[in-house]
Amino acid sequence: MCGIVGLLVKKPALRPRLGELMVPMLIGMTERGPDSAGLAVFTEPLQENARKISLYSGMSEEGADFNWLGLGHELKAHLGIDATITSQGNHAILTAAIAPEPVKRWIKERYPKLHILSTGRSIDLYKDIGTPTEVAARYAFSGLAGSHLVGHTRMATESAVTPDRAHPFTAGEDFCLVHNGSLSNPYGVRRMLEPHGIRFETDNDTEAACRFLEWRLREGDDLETALQKGFEELDGFYTFLMGTADKLALIRDPFACKPAVVAETDDYVAIASEFRSLAHLPDIKHATVFEPAPEEMYVWNA
Amino acid sequence: MERMSFDLAQTSLRELNSFLHRDAPATGVRQVVVTNPDGAHNIAVGLDCPVEVEVHGHAGYYAGGMNKTGTVTIFGSAGTGVAENMMSGRVQVKGFASNGAGASMHGGLLVIDGDAGLRCGISLKGGDIVVGGSVGSFSAFMAQAGRMVICGNAGDALGDSLYEAVLYVKGHIKSLGADAQIEPMGEADFAVVRELLDAAGLNHDPHDFKRVASARSLYHWNAEADQEY
Amino acid sequence: MSSNDHPKTIAKEASFGYDRKTIDYIRNAAAHGLYEIRGMGAKRALPNFDDLVFLGASLSRYPLEGYREKCSTKTVLGTRFATKPIELDIPITIAGMSFGSLSANVKEALGRAASEVGTSTTTGDGGMTQEERQSSKTLVYQCLPSRYGFNPDDVRRADAIEMVIGQGAKPGGGGMLLGQKVSPRVAAMRTLPAGIDQRSACRHPDWTGPDDLAIKIHEMRELTDWEKPIYVKVGATRTFNDVKLAVHSGADVVVVDGMQGGTAATQTCFIEHVGIPTLAALRQAVDALEDLNMKGKVQLIVSGGIRSGPDVAKALAMGADAVSIGQGVLIALGCNHDSYWQDGAHHDVTADYAALGTAPGYCHHCHTGKCPVGITTQDAVLEQRLTPEVGARHLKNYLKTLNMELTTIARACGKQNVHHLEPEDLVALTIEAAAMARVPLAGTAWIPGVTGY
Repeated sequence: MCGIVGLLVKKPALRPRLGELMVPMLIGMTERGPDSAGLAVFTEPLQENARKISLYSGMSEEGADFNWLGLGHELKAHLGIDATITSQGNHAILTAAIAPEPVKRWIKERYPKLHILSTGRSIDLYKDIGTPTEVAARYAFSGLAGSHLVGHTRMATESAVTPDRAHPFTAGEDFCLVHNGSLSNPYGVRRMLEPHGIRFETDNDTEAACRFLEWRLREGDDLETALQKGFEELDGFYTFLMGTADKLALIRDPFACKPAVVAETDDYVAIASEFRSLAHLPDIKHATVFEPAPEEMYVWNA
Repeated sequence: MERMSFDLAQTSLRELNSFLHRDAPATGVRQVVVTNPDGAHNIAVGLDCPVEVEVHGHAGYYAGGMNKTGTVTIFGSAGTGVAENMMSGRVQVKGFASNGAGASMHGGLLVIDGDAGLRCGISLKGGDIVVGGSVGSFSAFMAQAGRMVICGNAGDALGDSLYEAVLYVKGHIKSLGADAQIEPMGEADFAVVRELLDAAGLNHDPHDFKRVASARSLYHWNAEADQEY
Repeated sequence: MSSNDHPKTIAKEASFGYDRKTIDYIRNAAAHGLYEIRGMGAKRALPNFDDLVFLGASLSRYPLEGYREKCSTKTVLGTRFATKPIELDIPITIAGMSFGSLSANVKEALGRAASEVGTSTTTGDGGMTQEERQSSKTLVYQCLPSRYGFNPDDVRRADAIEMVIGQGAKPGGGGMLLGQKVSPRVAAMRTLPAGIDQRSACRHPDWTGPDDLAIKIHEMRELTDWEKPIYVKVGATRTFNDVKLAVHSGADVVVVDGMQGGTAATQTCFIEHVGIPTLAALRQAVDALEDLNMKGKVQLIVSGGIRSGPDVAKALAMGADAVSIGQGVLIALGCNHDSYWQDGAHHDVTADYAALGTAPGYCHHCHTGKCPVGITTQDAVLEQRLTPEVGARHLKNYLKTLNMELTTIARACGKQNVHHLEPEDLVALTIEAAAMARVPLAGTAWIPGVTGY
């Protein structure tokens, strides 16, 4: 059980303030999710041939003292790649002109305890255990800039409280998902996907939903079609908030027991599990505030 | 008549509710204004005296929950379970209400000027709900007694497993729930709709409403009835 | 002479899978097209507390003198947030059983007995009756998915609130009361037409999930000005997760009800095939509290087939703060006895059991409302068979016996306080019990999956 937040700024002038506006939203969801927190932010895309990969070292022995510089040197030495690595503690973003898969394979072999959080041209992803306040401070969320983001605070229901089980979950490139609710058939979905070559990293039910969408998108469905199939295949209660390079998307299951509120002005679209998280946003008193209907897809373009 | 003000940006919810439970009855304060609610949950729950509470802004979950004799007006929207289990009195939401509005009410009047979310009037046990807008799916689910007037549309499965509560709908009903059926309106029904609309301060013609009530076929176990239970 | 002349024995070869019970089940299904509904809890053999025994004191440990040296049984529940926790004289409470499933006389008997021995009763899925509130010194008021009769005045009059997510007999299912027991009074309390078959909701109407339960519990706290303990009750399934979530959502006390827990009416398939044994659930519940470092801060009550003093002692040794009893209490009042006591005499009712198609010792027909001893009935004639004074006396005797056995065992283990009983005082007699309770198999150091032989 959890809290979700989403924010999309419509005016480029607001992009530098994306993180600053979001942090109170995330902290507002602390009671719903005291165990862990995370977010994915979508920035100005890199050039066609470049990619960035978000990495987490919290599950390795070195933890926050991980030698990111060393990783960069080895990458140059082994694969001849010049990468820029910006790091803070147990988190780093590796940017290079690369096809990402060989690099990710190399990282998995060379540093098996390093967790690959996300891949893409726009997405940066952060997640860790701790309260939302702690996680936000750890990664300086209030300084983040971008066009839109998806965030989450976690109260673990069935799987353990570990950093890799926190949300958002990612699939492919520039795609992420956060979830409030509980799926009742995650193991069946998992067993259905594994023969298709889909790899799972955790036993978290949200990952089952994310990988299902990953599969459908890989098979050529657009997001809307994939979500429609999700209504049939995924059982349980859920509000899903998804981010792609240029969109935010929200759906609720037919029973819509897990809450969601949307506030929209000329400057932004904000989404949260409870209105409390939206209350501080600029001009909220004049925003259009509504609740998304069940089984409908809401898509906002960045 | 003394008026007290509580700014929830400065004061705690506990102080507000404590005042409403103890000091308002003791000191005879009959009007309380709450500002900067900012989606706080449990505002004015468990009122037990005829105090008038105005909430200026959006309320979170269970606003006015278990109200008895109080009057709560929310100048904004309300979260899940507004006026849940109300026993008597009145709660009005000027904006929209989220899921479970009026859940398990036993008495009193709940008015929602805007739309209500899913499961409006779920488990209703008495009292009246009037919705100026539309209601979401599964509204009046297992509604046992009481009355609902819906001026807009209703979603799926309206009145599923309805007992003795009666619903009046003006707009389109997406689908009826198990054991709910449309029945002809009689003079008594027009009078009820008129009375409830007047109490809510809404203006519609009672003749535009349809009556939805229980077919009472699920009241007993019946192998032949092909009940999906 | 050939072997064909030798007389054959006609063997009656019973089938393990298609036994008498299964054959009757299929016949009934074919005849009625409806599942069987019955009362009581799981009847099948399950690992339970009988599979554990205590290591009493001898040379390495010293016992306390029975009756002379104090062994405290005082129990406090709800210390986490409430300003007025529940203080009980014994760690044995009476579980929630509704007025409706039980008669008003029974509710009064429960209250009287509980007050005399210094413990609490619990309302059940039907609201609070005057009889119970007036007779019971400490009353826990349940808030269930049905919300039958639930109202803020009774919340204010209660001593604690129990948010019920489910019960052991039917985790995931809602309450049930068949038409013959929905008397005018019961119907009025539940806002239902008299005589209908009542099937309650299985989910709460205004919240789903522990994140929203946290807000609902907060509402109860605000309503009661933070005075009364809030319990959260779950039927035993994914108990480790559920207890953690109950703590996260703000519970003062968690109540875990194992699959042996009873009901007055539900589908047999639920009772026997959904939920896990109390022994297994208890282990998980304690693990969850210890994992969160909440042992002792959030109290644990366990129920579901607690029958005897040794059961109570073992539950406490495994880490419960108290137990709750339902079926045992009813049996103390006369359930499954061949007679009832009235006007100074026993009145045999074997014929009444036979009319129900059963016999004393086998009856589980609570759902019919025709309880031969006047307990699970709303019938004006039958309910006279249980007089509150008589019932209260019998129940008081039962509870006192349990408590005496509890202290006897605790003293024998060298404890001055029954809450000092611990898992290391126990060993198991079977491998299943050793694995489920995580105590060694007697005579060995073996805990399956944990330690070597």
